[in-house]
Amino acid sequence: MSETNSLTYNYRVVRQFSIMTVVWGIVGMLVGVIIAAQLFWPDLTYGIEYLTYGRLRPLHTNAVIFAFGGCALMATSLYVVQRTCQAPLISNGLAAFVFWGWQLVIVLAAISLPMGWTSAKEYAELEWPIDILIAVVWVAYAILYFGTIMKRKAPHIYVANWFYGAFILTVAVLHIVNSAAVPVSLTKSYSAYSGAIDAMVQWWYGHNAVGFFLTAGFLGIMYYFIPKQAGRPVYSYRLSIVHFWALIAIYMWAGPHHLHYTALPSWAQSLGMVFSLILLAPSWGGMINGIMTLSGAWHKLRSDPILKFLIVSLSFYGMATFEGPMMAIKTVNALSHYTDWTIGHVHSGALGWVAFVTIGAMYYMIPKLFGRKDMVSINLVNIHFWVSTIGVVLYISAMWIAGVMQGLMWRAVNEDGTLTYSFVESVQATYPYYGIRLLGGILFLAGMLIMAYNVIKTIQAGPDVDASESNNIKEG
Amino acid sequence: MTEFWNWWVIIIVAINILGCWGLLYWTRRIKESEEGETTGHVYDGIEEYNNPLPRWWLNMFYITLVFSIGYLVLYPGLGNFKGTLEWSMEGQHNNEVESAKRLYQPLFDKYADVPIAELAKIKQATEMGKRIFVNTCFGCHGSDARGNPGYPNLTDKDWLWGGSPEQLKHSIVNGRIGAMPPFGANLTASQVDELVNYVGQLSGNKVDEAKAAAGKATFDVQCFVCHGTDGKGNTSVGAPNLTDNIWLHGASKTAIADTIRNGRTGEMPPHKDILGDAKSHLVAAYVYSLSNQ
Repeated sequence: MSETNSLTYNYRVVRQFSIMTVVWGIVGMLVGVIIAAQLFWPDLTYGIEYLTYGRLRPLHTNAVIFAFGGCALMATSLYVVQRTCQAPLISNGLAAFVFWGWQLVIVLAAISLPMGWTSAKEYAELEWPIDILIAVVWVAYAILYFGTIMKRKAPHIYVANWFYGAFILTVAVLHIVNSAAVPVSLTKSYSAYSGAIDAMVQWWYGHNAVGFFLTAGFLGIMYYFIPKQAGRPVYSYRLSIVHFWALIAIYMWAGPHHLHYTALPSWAQSLGMVFSLILLAPSWGGMINGIMTLSGAWHKLRSDPILKFLIVSLSFYGMATFEGPMMAIKTVNALSHYTDWTIGHVHSGALGWVAFVTIGAMYYMIPKLFGRKDMVSINLVNIHFWVSTIGVVLYISAMWIAGVMQGLMWRAVNEDGTLTYSFVESVQATYPYYGIRLLGGILFLAGMLIMAYNVIKTIQAGPDVDASESNNIKEG
Repeated sequence: MTEFWNWWVIIIVAINILGCWGLLYWTRRIKESEEGETTGHVYDGIEEYNNPLPRWWLNMFYITLVFSIGYLVLYPGLGNFKGTLEWSMEGQHNNEVESAKRLYQPLFDKYADVPIAELAKIKQATEMGKRIFVNTCFGCHGSDARGNPGYPNLTDKDWLWGGSPEQLKHSIVNGRIGAMPPFGANLTASQVDELVNYVGQLSGNKVDEAKAAAGKATFDVQCFVCHGTDGKGNTSVGAPNLTDNIWLHGASKTAIADTIRNGRTGEMPPHKDILGDAKSHLVAAYVYSLSNQ
């Protein structure tokens, strides 16, 4: 990793982030399995305050989004930016700072959330000292990333980098604006906003965390790893231009659909709804461009489990981005809001899209980072694919059924206008589906453990020479 | 909102919607590339075709744009413009409440003049009462009406404020506030312990006889005003009967001692504005039916 050669890429930081992607994936999903089990067995953790659902749930969401997802985005973006710009990172010191800084953020989250220190903003629960640390690390990451783009040898900027760039810039703005707060002690602060404005700022942040962190960033992954793994050119350059600009412009508006029929003024709710609908086409643009890249190479899907992960991730992306605009329609939202349908929707995106595309990219990248052509066991990759696919399908269908059922039960009225069901009856009716969801989650976690085993074996196996030649790894 | 913000919202909404249109229009002007021809860029071995946008996808995009413009004409969205339908959340809510009242109020009013004791024997009425109960009262009294610690069980015959139809309905409509004052400052630790033994004895539990006897002396000075010399309570102040072995705040000696030392307060909120008279009447009949079959 010395810088003797100008074409010496910094793979050290990519390796570090890649390993931690797998580690935090397991940790975050394990916490997810625990809270799913708590919904099935409410007394599971004996009322120990640090392990209550209310404290573990934000730990789960933070761990899977920012630890698993964040490490995956940092690993792949720093790999892709170097390779597509033909330029090494501008500073290895800065790269190390970003890695260790981000790990510190994650560890602090893992301590502070079970302690109950929270700003109570969903997906932004971390208290102000950690928020400041996040901002510092993020700015360092932005300097590292954009600095490398500016030093590029390639004349143009590849489409994957547009998406990574939009993700990095926007997340910085979202995080800083939404986390603005007045501290009262080291572990407690109050939001700088109040009332409906606070709610709107929160969901402007919250939905764009989905749009830019979990969508734009991962589309960056998609645009590099699918053409690479398929060995085919990207389907349409102009489609990538159109859907990129439309996506980043329109996503900004979608937040109010989280606040339908609340104290938020009606005009803002309407705009949230119509722009969510307009978002359908730009979202599908990415799916089309990825899936059509495979045209002429469909047969590879039969034998290549990595490509299966990548292409199935796009199918889930297409499903989730169709479902999202539908759920943003006010009349549909009146049924789906506050039910487990939302949880199902989120997980079809989070497991089916984000985790699948990450897993596919990692299976492509990790062997190359360690000087190998492939993972030690392609068979285990295939098993991982099927175990997780069954897991996701069980998870989301259980939550869909449960969610629609809850929505219908809550609104059912008798001939005298009284509600047909008491709340607890809807909880009782949901119980078996919580069991199925738990099973789905366990399968998905099991898949991650298979992956960890395969990764360890691959690293232990060490480099195979011709692989490093064929992959053109230039490393000091 | 002010004129400035009104136009701010309208203009940036227009820029975004028309901007999408412009973007789609602009790509039509890019010259068609030959089948299989790439853009000529290569990034780390990745090339790009420049296939035209799929027609069905373009049409879908246009449809969502047209729908959005139509929606923003009909409904609020463009700043202060209310939309041509003049729809509002408040209006929709009020309309639904009005139509529900028109439709359902006669069903409830039908029973408003039937005495509660008789209503409790009419199945349709108690079922209506029960449905209101499980959606209004369950938070404290439980869906099965058996109560929770601090919230009375409504299925037994023990009533803090009386179990007659009139008393029940009064509790529901106007609410009740019951308070047991704290005696920790007036009594020594051993006096408290003696009282615990005495009230345990009143309920027929095995206790220390000597302590209970000493406790009776204290009881007759401190407690009889509300709970009565016989310990049977007083429904006019909500003082519980201490002889039936039903303990609202816990039956253990520690819980009873805690009650004596620190007092208790309980509040049943009034429901006249939540349910109105006719529905309260039906709930009273349902609750009455639970212990008067």
